[in-house]
Amino acid sequence: MIASRRLRSLAIVGVVSACTWSQVTPSRSATADSAKGKQIYANYGCYECHGYQGQGSPLSGSRIAPGPLAFTAFENYLRQPGGQMPPYTARVLTDAEVTDIYAFLGSLPEPPDWKDIPILRAEAPEK
Amino acid sequence: MVDVLKSLGIDYVCANPGSSFRGLHESVINYGGNKSPEFITCCHEESAVGMAHGYAKIAGKPLAVFAHSTVGLQHAAMAIFNAYCDRVPVYVVLGNTIDATMRRPGVEWDHSVMDAAAMVRDYTKWDDLPISLAHFAESAVRAYKIAMTPPTMPVLLVVDSDLQERPVAESEKLSVPRLVAAAPPQGDSGVVAEAARLLVAAENPLLIADRLARTPAGVARLIELAETLQAPVIDQGGRMNFPSRHPLNHSGRARELVSNADVILGLELTDFWGTIHSFRDQLRRTSRPTTADGVKLISVTVGDLFVKGNYQDLQRYPEVDVAIAADGETTLPALTEAVKKLVTGDRERVFAERAKSLAVDHRDMTEQALTDATYGWHASPISTARLSAELWAQIKDKDWSLVSDVAPGMSNWPLRLWAFDKHYHFIGGAGGYGVGYGAPAATGAALANRAHGRLSVNIQCDGDLLYAPGVLWTAAHHRIPVLNVMHNNRAYHQEVMHIQRMGNRHDRGVDRAGIGTTLRQPNIDFAKLAESMGVYGEGPITDAKDLAPAIRRAIEVVERGEPALVDVVTQPR
Repeated sequence: MIASRRLRSLAIVGVVSACTWSQVTPSRSATADSAKGKQIYANYGCYECHGYQGQGSPLSGSRIAPGPLAFTAFENYLRQPGGQMPPYTARVLTDAEVTDIYAFLGSLPEPPDWKDIPILRAEAPEK
Repeated sequence: MVDVLKSLGIDYVCANPGSSFRGLHESVINYGGNKSPEFITCCHEESAVGMAHGYAKIAGKPLAVFAHSTVGLQHAAMAIFNAYCDRVPVYVVLGNTIDATMRRPGVEWDHSVMDAAAMVRDYTKWDDLPISLAHFAESAVRAYKIAMTPPTMPVLLVVDSDLQERPVAESEKLSVPRLVAAAPPQGDSGVVAEAARLLVAAENPLLIADRLARTPAGVARLIELAETLQAPVIDQGGRMNFPSRHPLNHSGRARELVSNADVILGLELTDFWGTIHSFRDQLRRTSRPTTADGVKLISVTVGDLFVKGNYQDLQRYPEVDVAIAADGETTLPALTEAVKKLVTGDRERVFAERAKSLAVDHRDMTEQALTDATYGWHASPISTARLSAELWAQIKDKDWSLVSDVAPGMSNWPLRLWAFDKHYHFIGGAGGYGVGYGAPAATGAALANRAHGRLSVNIQCDGDLLYAPGVLWTAAHHRIPVLNVMHNNRAYHQEVMHIQRMGNRHDRGVDRAGIGTTLRQPNIDFAKLAESMGVYGEGPITDAKDLAPAIRRAIEVVERGEPALVDVVTQPR
């Protein structure tokens, strides 16, 4: 079981801060390519624990999209994860690829509200 | 021999035919009339034992498995190991030809063995090799009693082919010994009282259950203890232990509650140490306790009464404060009574306040699950949350039974979204994590559910089904109604993640984890596989909006008494 719980708590912070490029050099954010990022995300195994939409799983990896955590924290965690996630060093994932992945995660839309989905609304707890 | 099996109330024999038990096979179908027990044709011994495993968890009693000497038991071994780890009674009867001078030349020598049970003795509770019919009768009844006394486990009887086939001498006076079930072991009253004292005095008690509820009584007893204390319950899902929508069910808050608890009661925990520690699987493996300083740990487990040395399913040693070597379900009434005797008015007021707070937390936890389920709602491949929600919408008004595991593959989504409140609503997992358990166990559980007219639902992993898909034919042939819904992530996904971890750790490529681990090129068409076995098939479904109609059509088939399969292409987890 690969449960990156620390990343999960970081991600919870991230979802309220939305996709934040501040602290990133302008050249990196300007060249970020979300389409390429989507491809890298799938090819380099991110989807394995976090799902193709970054939705995460309580038993494998935290939710990382939409609204990934701030870029610097995101990149730092990738390089030196504190939990169960394996590290992605610059040798296997370049800085440019990190920005592409980040752009992809930032491009994912917000999900519908569960109250707008009849089969979920039917399971609402009693007040 | 058949008379003895009938006396034990064994309703089915699951078996792949083999000549070493041909005498017994023929006796079951002719002398016994192929009724109680009825012969269920299996296509693999692993399927036969897997069916027995799932059946026992619903029926509360074993069926019999016949297996063929060397090769049959070798095929059965992994499934027996699963049942052993899962503490489930499985009753195996193995054919063998002991007298070397009477063996047919050739294959019968290859299929004879001196000490057959040695193959599985490390993970069975008891075995015997009866040499007369009277001996068989005693050993058969004894084996049943041993298998059914907690800790319930597999047993094995090796039955000589000559003993099966030799005519009964007219002078032989045969009888069937009476079976008297042994009362399960209950905790020592003094230690139970000490546990009660700790629980009543605790400000943040926590009850954690894993393989606790052997029977429906186990659920009711845990509810009574939890409500008496107004303490939160973590159901680890080894069995259906506690209703998912009870305000005291806080299974989704395990980490937080473990770290806040001042007293933790572990009831039949498979891994107490793992429950209270985190473990980091990096190059340097590290662990740390996740509990608060001074926490008191109480363990009630029948696992302390039966341990073997070779296989390491016993998990790491937990340093508990109170260890009660007894059956959890049997000990709960005494523990609850001891708790009630100690509850004062002051404590009742504390408990009432705790109940209010826990009810709010439970509601928040439920709403969080609903929110979490929306992420990836429209995704293709279909999210496991969406699959669980769509399936639940179709079965919730029926008398359903989930006959498969839901972790890790399904990320526990059914346990987060569905309303579990009956013991048969869930049967837990394989026990030993031996892949290939899922489909046969589900089919066996469905066989037990058939007598009650329940809708058996199996969320079936793709890799697991490929071990022995012939069990689909068994379900079709014997008209075992079961709804198989594929969690088809086209991979042995746990292994994908492990290889990814190694690629990252070694820093030499992170894009090749799919080699040797994925099930693509070509994709497997499980609907066609099902149809080839006589099972109704739907799919592959890749668009979530197609799920509900497909599931409805499949349920119509199942409600006619036949198996069906809906192939759903899913997200990895």
